[in-house]
Amino acid sequence: MNTFKIGGVHPQDNKRYSAHQQIVTCPLPEKAIIPLIQHIGAPAQPIVEKGEKVRVGQLIAKAGGFVSANIHAPFSGTITKIDTTVDAWGARVPAIFMDVEGDLWEEDIDRTTAVVRESQMEPKEIIDRITAAGIVGLGGACFPTHVKLLPPPGKKAEMLIINGVECEPYLTCDHQLMLEHGEEIIIGIQLLMRALGIKRAVIGIEKNKPDAIARMQALCSRILGVSVIPLNMKYPQGGEKQLIDACIGRQVPSGALPIEVGAVVDNVATVYAVYEAVQKRKPLISRVITITGKSVAKPGNYEVRFGTPLADVVALAGGIPEDTGKIIGGGPMMGRAMNSLDMPANKRVSGLLFLPEKESRRIEPENCIRCGKCVSACPMGLEPYLLSRQSELQMWDEMKQHSVMDCIECGCCQFTCPSHRPLLDYVRMGKAKVGGILRARAAAAKVAAEAAAAKNNQ
Amino acid sequence: MKLIVSAAPHAHSGDSVRRNMLLVIAALMPAYAVSVAAFGWGAIITAAISIVACVGFEWLIAKFILKQTPTIGDCSAILTGLLLAFNLPCNLSWWIVVIGALVAIGVGKMTFGGLGQNPFNPALVGRVFLLISFPVQMTTWPRPLGFQTQYLDAITAATPLAHMKQIMKGDSLLIDQLPSLWDSFVGVIGGSLGEVCAIALLIGGLGLIATRVITWHIPVSILATMAIFAWLTTPTGMCGHEYVLYTLLTGGAILGAFFMATDYVTSPMTNCGKLIFGVCIGLIVMVIRTWGAYPEGMSFAILIMNACVPLLNKIRPKRFGESKK
Repeated sequence: MNTFKIGGVHPQDNKRYSAHQQIVTCPLPEKAIIPLIQHIGAPAQPIVEKGEKVRVGQLIAKAGGFVSANIHAPFSGTITKIDTTVDAWGARVPAIFMDVEGDLWEEDIDRTTAVVRESQMEPKEIIDRITAAGIVGLGGACFPTHVKLLPPPGKKAEMLIINGVECEPYLTCDHQLMLEHGEEIIIGIQLLMRALGIKRAVIGIEKNKPDAIARMQALCSRILGVSVIPLNMKYPQGGEKQLIDACIGRQVPSGALPIEVGAVVDNVATVYAVYEAVQKRKPLISRVITITGKSVAKPGNYEVRFGTPLADVVALAGGIPEDTGKIIGGGPMMGRAMNSLDMPANKRVSGLLFLPEKESRRIEPENCIRCGKCVSACPMGLEPYLLSRQSELQMWDEMKQHSVMDCIECGCCQFTCPSHRPLLDYVRMGKAKVGGILRARAAAAKVAAEAAAAKNNQ
Repeated sequence: MKLIVSAAPHAHSGDSVRRNMLLVIAALMPAYAVSVAAFGWGAIITAAISIVACVGFEWLIAKFILKQTPTIGDCSAILTGLLLAFNLPCNLSWWIVVIGALVAIGVGKMTFGGLGQNPFNPALVGRVFLLISFPVQMTTWPRPLGFQTQYLDAITAATPLAHMKQIMKGDSLLIDQLPSLWDSFVGVIGGSLGEVCAIALLIGGLGLIATRVITWHIPVSILATMAIFAWLTTPTGMCGHEYVLYTLLTGGAILGAFFMATDYVTSPMTNCGKLIFGVCIGLIVMVIRTWGAYPEGMSFAILIMNACVPLLNKIRPKRFGESKK
């Protein structure tokens, strides 16, 4: 077995460009823009004012709700304004602008590279530190990590699953992080296990990273309850539901969260951030991103503080290649095409991929030949050809009946389509529409129920 | 710098309609080579006329009747032409071939809107039209005597299937007249262009499965159903495995199972649907072969099941996380 059961595709992994490149720290910029939405959920609320001096690691915006995350100053300097900016995904979001002056850190942060192994912390204290540090899932979804550590009543976590799969082609940041900071990741895993009160954790790593598998296996051989599961390569194995299926053979039901089958999933980069937050008191102010592409001069893995203009990081990798036709934030399967590099780095962007002009254009679609390859490729067992047609015809109810809300937007259908049909474009549009209708219906039902309850009380 | 912005995914498998069509054409080549060796010029001319006519009609209809941009570049019309030729005797008059191509492309495909829209396999629509309209010409096959340039001596041979039908009806004397199993396997039996050599078709068909152009579900379910059916209805005077092998190796069983029934457009989407599709085709073929008026029923069976495909597409694949009930 050792992979998920339904569907999946095998794109070329193209990791050779940036694989095994040592993590390079990106120099500080002169000015920085820190977006206040770098996570799923409500925007963070700024707690600093224009003209205020801040230090590295100082809290500058508080989580705007339970599903939200704190944001800390990645630089020391002066706040120049609080306004809006366009983030890497092209959305206009509130942001804090600052001038960077020196590199003055908060005093309680341990900046040494020494590995801190011992911890006697209580679960609650660990979770509090993770919450305070503003840690979100660095695998791409940016779901606040502390929320996953507090299972809803009646649900019990049994297994921690660590995502070291990195199934997106080209990206190598998680791979390199495991090679360079494997020990810290293992400590982070133990901290999370204690926070959740569980005894077992597995690290899922795809077999195209044999050195990472060997390194992590060597590190966890002494540690009870933690083991590595080498997985056969198949995209989208890094998808939460697919990873749980691949590692422990349980399938999360439609609409449910991993905790339903007793699993909590965290990415290796997230676990590293947990280690830093708990053992070093360092909040989440930077991450490793991969700058890569066939024509990039110095492809590699760069540690970037949030707020650094992406153009600065690209300059470090040798600038934008001549033949670039498309710049993608993330990998080629799920990443977003960007229209400039003026945006700042944030918690979401795991890499920048430069595709040559000739690989950037879509091929003209032909008629659907009903080959069924999209059905075989869909890792959720859906019928993309049907959903896309229903979306074209605005058949929203039928789309719901055909489980469109289960779509994880992995792109396997469109990747595999011999007719080059924009299947996911249509499915994604339909999913957004159906999701909106369902929320509106739920809201209307709630209002009606409240009205009925009020009537009964009279 | 001008940047291109589009939604994910930004990568593609590199697969295309054209690639799939060309791979199927390539998979038909071993059988075609044997056919040329067995029949000579007739095989070359029939295939050439059929392909040129199919491509020509598609282009003309798309351009002047449907006013679309012709899409002959996807090679699907070439494949239809070749498959039609595989279903014809090699000494068929050229104008009958052209009529077959017109019906295949015109009625079978373009009336429904072209590639991907047709409910029935176009090549089979053409073949069945010819079989009903020109029954004598369509069931008179020259002997595969090696490379020939003309068929003036009019030596025609009844196919093993016709013999088998008689055997089924109790004429056990004809058992001696069946070609040997080995002959059926390597291809020196009478029949349509593409039916002469089981092993060459089998090589091509397995190649299609290996290159993932088709899945195993349809061919295996058709052939397995036919084999089981034949085993259970073995006529007196023959032993079971012999009759099973004759059933599978003669007529259009292998051609139909690997190349005709697996046509993307006219077969079901899901693996479960494909299995039901295949089993039903196998049953219908055997019912026609055993009790029907025609010695061979592959074309009819596939066309009948083509009509059921929209129904079979109602079968949903197993959703992720769906509990087993």
